[in-house]
Amino acid sequence: MGKKIFRAIPVQLAALFLIAVLFSGCSSDKKKRAGENFGLDSTEISEDLLDDISQAKQIFYSLPSPLETAMLIKNAGATYNEELLNPISNASKYSTNRARALNLGIYTTDLSFASLFDQTQTSIDYMNAAKQMANGLGILDAIDNNTIERLEENINNRDVIMDIISETFMNSSSSLAETARPALASIVLVGGWIEGLYIATKLVGDAPIKDNKLVERIVDQKLSFDIVLKLLDDNKDNPDVAALINDINDLKKTYDKITITTSKITAVPDEGSNVTILKSQSQISITQDIFRELSEKVNVLRQNFIS
Amino acid sequence: MRSMKRIFQLLTVIAILVIIPFGVNAQCKGFAKKICKVELSPYIHDGNYHAAILTIGEEAELYKTFYSETDYRISVCGTDDLPDIEFRIIDADRNVLYTNKSKNYSRIWDFRLEASQQLKILVKVPAGEGLPEDIMSGCVAIMFGFKEK
Repeated sequence: MGKKIFRAIPVQLAALFLIAVLFSGCSSDKKKRAGENFGLDSTEISEDLLDDISQAKQIFYSLPSPLETAMLIKNAGATYNEELLNPISNASKYSTNRARALNLGIYTTDLSFASLFDQTQTSIDYMNAAKQMANGLGILDAIDNNTIERLEENINNRDVIMDIISETFMNSSSSLAETARPALASIVLVGGWIEGLYIATKLVGDAPIKDNKLVERIVDQKLSFDIVLKLLDDNKDNPDVAALINDINDLKKTYDKITITTSKITAVPDEGSNVTILKSQSQISITQDIFRELSEKVNVLRQNFIS
Repeated sequence: MRSMKRIFQLLTVIAILVIIPFGVNAQCKGFAKKICKVELSPYIHDGNYHAAILTIGEEAELYKTFYSETDYRISVCGTDDLPDIEFRIIDADRNVLYTNKSKNYSRIWDFRLEASQQLKILVKVPAGEGLPEDIMSGCVAIMFGFKEK
């Protein structure tokens, strides 16, 4: 039926439709600003096609964003150490898309970490470094001069700063998706995720791992490992992603030595607060040696990313 | 002449197929930012962006690890031309922990985990009674927020 529709379209009508589509694309931004209509046009399609569509399930894999990663580290009782961040002086040496994407994620995690600890000037510096990476990737709108100005104007307003960071990250990833570069978007996420692991493992250092909240958070990342691999696997045709899968798999070998056992979850809604508590217990098993091995591998990987 | 027409038709179709997704993505981002993200307040948006064009009856799923002792809010919303969006939170044993169907299709759900878990969020555009001839498509966005301690 679909083919019949196309055959029935006169050439002139097709041309008019093409022009209309071109113009509607140009005006979509205006519609967004007006906030009037985000909907899409209805389309007549056959029942067979509907069946096909119904079966074509879309799957998303979500890694912790740089902001969430930084928040998890801070909430685990971490202290601020600026020496752990990737120096902004490195920004000028990233000339490939791989390096820029990885370090966009890394600098955004560093920026989030500094902001959560109220390091105002460092936050501005790292936003500029992230901007440099985004510009290099050709996503100029993701972080522009207006973003930096807003950050400077609201440097004492934590809520606004968090909003600016989350919005710039959303702009970066969606801009890469819009320009058909999901592989780079996945590299950005992995860069940010590894930076979080790097900061956390360095902050633990040689401290005992027993009852260490930060170690628990590092171990928890085992739960995200298959998400990392699936995210990268979706883009494995990209040579940079293929190389990254290889690097990450070495880290997985160490994570495979760690065990997490979790009991059945029971959802208990609290009518007063409207928050549902998902009750369950988990036990982790990791030795000091395995933690040391994990820290070393993360260190090597991160060094490779920032050099 | 006929072959020229065929080539032009083909080029037109290819151009449409190439151009439409970019416009759609931009529309989805605008919708997610202006409508769905607002629903997260007072939680802090994590910065991740997940949106898809779904048709009635179509499903999408998202996998994410949620961490213990963290307050989360999920916001799932669809454009006005779609019916209310149904979403379910499912654990690794396929137990449904929450469905918004019994909560009047609420767009948000607040939760906290005692132990870190990877969960699946299943999102569905429910089919209404009697299949309409005009099948509607629209943007569905899934966003997450958290609270800083």
